[in-house]
Amino acid sequence: MATVALKLGDDISTDVIYPGRYMATVLPAETPQYAFADMTDFNSKLTSKQIPPGSVILGGQNFGCGSSREQAVSTLKGHELVIAAKGFARIFLQNGINLGLRTVVCPTIDASEGDDLEFNEEEVVNKTTGKRFVVEPLPKARQAIIDAGGLIAYTRKLIVAKST
Amino acid sequence: MGMTVAEKILARASGLPSVKAGDVVEPRVDLAMSHENAALVINQFFEVYQGTNLQPRIWNPLKVSVIFDHRVPAESPKTASNQKKVREFVAAQGVGKFHDIRGDVGGICHQILPENGYVRPGFVVVGTDSHTTSHGALGAFAFGIGATEMASVWALGTVLNVEVPATIKVNVKGKFKKFVGPKDLILHLIGRLTAQGANFKVIEFHGPTIRLMSTSGRLVICNMSVEAGATAGIVPADKETARYLRKEAGVKGAIAPVAPDKDAVYERIIQIDVSNLEPQVACPHTVDNVKSVASVKGTKVHQIVIGSCTNGRLDDLAIAAGILKGRKISQETRMLVFPASGRIYAQALAKGYIGTFMKAGAVVMNPGCGPCLGIHEGALGDGETALSTTNRNFKGRMGNPNSQVFLCSPAVAAASAVKGVITNPRKGAK
Repeated sequence: MATVALKLGDDISTDVIYPGRYMATVLPAETPQYAFADMTDFNSKLTSKQIPPGSVILGGQNFGCGSSREQAVSTLKGHELVIAAKGFARIFLQNGINLGLRTVVCPTIDASEGDDLEFNEEEVVNKTTGKRFVVEPLPKARQAIIDAGGLIAYTRKLIVAKST
Repeated sequence: MGMTVAEKILARASGLPSVKAGDVVEPRVDLAMSHENAALVINQFFEVYQGTNLQPRIWNPLKVSVIFDHRVPAESPKTASNQKKVREFVAAQGVGKFHDIRGDVGGICHQILPENGYVRPGFVVVGTDSHTTSHGALGAFAFGIGATEMASVWALGTVLNVEVPATIKVNVKGKFKKFVGPKDLILHLIGRLTAQGANFKVIEFHGPTIRLMSTSGRLVICNMSVEAGATAGIVPADKETARYLRKEAGVKGAIAPVAPDKDAVYERIIQIDVSNLEPQVACPHTVDNVKSVASVKGTKVHQIVIGSCTNGRLDDLAIAAGILKGRKISQETRMLVFPASGRIYAQALAKGYIGTFMKAGAVVMNPGCGPCLGIHEGALGDGETALSTTNRNFKGRMGNPNSQVFLCSPAVAAASAVKGVITNPRKGAK
């Protein structure tokens, strides 16, 4: 079940998701330890595995605004979190699609921490309150990347095709 | 149907006669820039080639730029080792536009690219840095991407599956009052648009105020367009662009400006008259929390920062030095200055600005991103407040979540340094 583990407001920046002082750590395998590092309680829940994979972070408008640092995506992907937000900042959303982080754009979503959500292609169902919310499709331009399983796999396919 | 500047550039780069907002294209890249995060790009680049029998080669190393600026000189063995790894890769691949940690040709990527003439009107520029929007100041279509996207660009020379953004046109007229300028204009615009008002869109700047603005000022407004969410900010190239490229960046070859069509389609048109604009301040913890300096004056500041890719250029330093000449920074605060590049540092030294800052009590630091992103110098203490000419004031931005950052122009920063509290530089000015 996808339980809301953390509910946040609008304009959550990449400085909050992955503070700049950890930017020297770049490898996707090493970034998960610093997820929401300045929110020490939530960070320790993540790093001590109290939050199961598939749990949801609920964002408001403009989630992931600010820096293009990809660590802000790999750190969340490393914990296999689902990010459902009213809206995403462009670079964060693209990085999310490129790395295969599950991002759900749901402009009217309403849920509280602890609520259980069900994600369908066209809607999110809040199983706790019974309310349903329409999902906005991800940018159509990026669908081929999603279908390929991320940008690395997609680019690999293209360079191999080019070379033959 | 007419095209905007972004549409024209993307059409040309994609080999199409025309495109419109919403079309999906694959533009070829004229310049691909990374900073220290090239370490991650390299990792992802090799991943792309995993399991193939192909040799990882950058499509055109002369179109790739790598510039160390985020953590210079290295603050930790980890950073130093990453920089070493990047240096070795750059040498092995023959990357053409590499700027290492140097006092002469080093500096912040968003100053190094323009001052070396690496960006031309009509270029498609991508950078693994959100403030890559800066380069729209030269009439290019320049946008920030992630490291994996850059790895793909290095392999292919194109950006895959780009949706052509809609454009917001901003017409600016009027003459700035003394001690009011481009930083105040862009803060005002971000306040109006909000932090997501231009998300997935381009901002195209027009009007007499923009035509009279120096390239340095245009870099400020395009740099911070991303703070309204914009994919790119663009000032269509003109005589000033040509002057800058020839005189300051030493460009010899052809310069081909791209102008929008008269019947270009804009999603929205915004009019701004700067004649009565007062100095603006972005208050904690979002860049769109913009107020007139008068409404926050008297706020105690513990650290003043002048510099960055936003306001670390010669004219910024000139304004600050003009205010600080013969004066002392308040004992109640401290001030850090970091010029945007080695070249600017040397020019400021020759003009006497560096001496003025030092005599006033400021600490002049080496060019680089410095305290802006809270990595290795100029951190704030718990409960402290910074007033900074940089571009972001998110919670924790300067390295401490228990501190706050106000953003302003160099004039507001310098005037406030003398008093130790946020001060309107126009008080007493004509």
